[in-house]
Amino acid sequence: MSEFKQTFNSSLGKKLIMALTGLFLCTFLIVHLGGNLLLFCDDNGYSFNMYANFLTHFPPIEVVAYILYLAIIVHALYALILTVNNTKARPVAYVAHNDAPASWSSKNMGLLGSILLLFIVIHMGDFWYKYKFTHTVGYKEYRTNVLTNQTTVSDFTPADPTFEHSSTTEGDTEIIRVKDLHARVANSFSNVWYDLFYVIAMGAVAFHLLHGFQSAFQTLGWRHRKYTPIVKFIGTWFFGVIIPLGFALMPIVYYLKSLGR
Amino acid sequence: MSTGNMNFTLKVWRQKDANSSGKMVTYPAENISPDMSFLEMLDVVNESLIHKGEEPIHFDHDCREGICGMCSLYINGRPHGPKRAITTCQLHMRSFNDGETITIEPWRAAAFPVIKDLAVDRSAFDRIQQSGGFVSVNTGGVPDANIIPIPKVIADEAFNSATCIGCGACVAACKNASAMLFVSAKVSQLGMLPQGQPERWSRVQAMVAQMDEEGFGNCTNTGACEAECPKEISLLNISRMNNDYFSAKLFREEKVHDHGASGGE
Repeated sequence: MSEFKQTFNSSLGKKLIMALTGLFLCTFLIVHLGGNLLLFCDDNGYSFNMYANFLTHFPPIEVVAYILYLAIIVHALYALILTVNNTKARPVAYVAHNDAPASWSSKNMGLLGSILLLFIVIHMGDFWYKYKFTHTVGYKEYRTNVLTNQTTVSDFTPADPTFEHSSTTEGDTEIIRVKDLHARVANSFSNVWYDLFYVIAMGAVAFHLLHGFQSAFQTLGWRHRKYTPIVKFIGTWFFGVIIPLGFALMPIVYYLKSLGR
Repeated sequence: MSTGNMNFTLKVWRQKDANSSGKMVTYPAENISPDMSFLEMLDVVNESLIHKGEEPIHFDHDCREGICGMCSLYINGRPHGPKRAITTCQLHMRSFNDGETITIEPWRAAAFPVIKDLAVDRSAFDRIQQSGGFVSVNTGGVPDANIIPIPKVIADEAFNSATCIGCGACVAACKNASAMLFVSAKVSQLGMLPQGQPERWSRVQAMVAQMDEEGFGNCTNTGACEAECPKEISLLNISRMNNDYFSAKLFREEKVHDHGASGGE
């Protein structure tokens, strides 16, 4: 067995993989939330649709995306391997329950992670898969008069079903035709049960990261009197509160909007 | 301010030997002084069992002053009972309510098989120590005291790690039966000091390899070990061990089998 293989097969090596993939997924959440805040732009989905188009057509993003999918799979797989090993390490359970003063989230990372994995599968199936591999997402046409900066928007049906995106001009009018992921999002978020599932999943994100973010630093051995309080602060308030709250607001706001329509 | 002796109901794990399956058995513990230690209470119960011709309850104990690490017992769902930072021999019956039912179980871990009743085999810890928990010292002239300067903070931290008595409460408390708090304390107490430097990178590899071989679980940083440790060994040790391990594995020349070779001839 090569030395690297031996390292990553050790208990600490597996934990290192969990920590590194976990932190990578944390950084992804920042980008994902940042981009999706475009959903709150009041422009008939123009910014969001252009952003979605950019993400699926810019090669470096596509490469990172596949690394991301790999990270999700590896994180889940190693969690499973470690959990099986941990179960084997205590074959006979205690009769009296352990009420050790450990945080709830730290003791339920597997449950929280399973909810998240289910969420990711449903979430990607609904948006990513349908956007990239099916023709079920509609199109929008944005006509902007470049002199007055007035934009009109209409649905658009291309002759070729594989059509993705075009940008043309007609006199003073700029015409942008793009896949309308925004409508698909709005449609999905008008279902209250779907929204409830999203909000619960974001709760799972909150509790998963409340423990996970600072735990990754502990595993990496990056613990210091001066920096650990900063790590814990970021893990609690940024990853445990702001990020999940930002994501959870999207289905809530879109549901309330759908009631007004 | 107790007025008299106490009575308890004990639910104790009884197991004939390593190959038998065990079960919980209920015993009365009567006329117990509140000033008795938990182990003395068990002595009294055992006296009555012996008088009745029954097999006494086997449990580990030695110094009975909290420094040897021999006593164990998972009492009412917690290692060494309900109090913080003490061993079972330092736990007194006044910490319980008169008439209370007390559940007593052995440490539960695949790496700590039950020998009999409440006594478990903790030789896995010995093997981890033997794999690397030492410094190799060549004999020679007597060195001057304090010839190697050590900063006070480092000396204190190393001493804190060295207070680990190897009782195994960390393993017992951990939901994954992980031994990482113990191993990290033993890695740290030497790795922080100048005398431990020559073997620092091989030591951590050797001890982690032995820990894995013994079949302990993997740390998930819940902190239950730190909370239950009778010597209040800090989770910081685990972080330190991880840092040393990854440094050793990814950036250092020393290999796992180099350990113990640098000092001896």
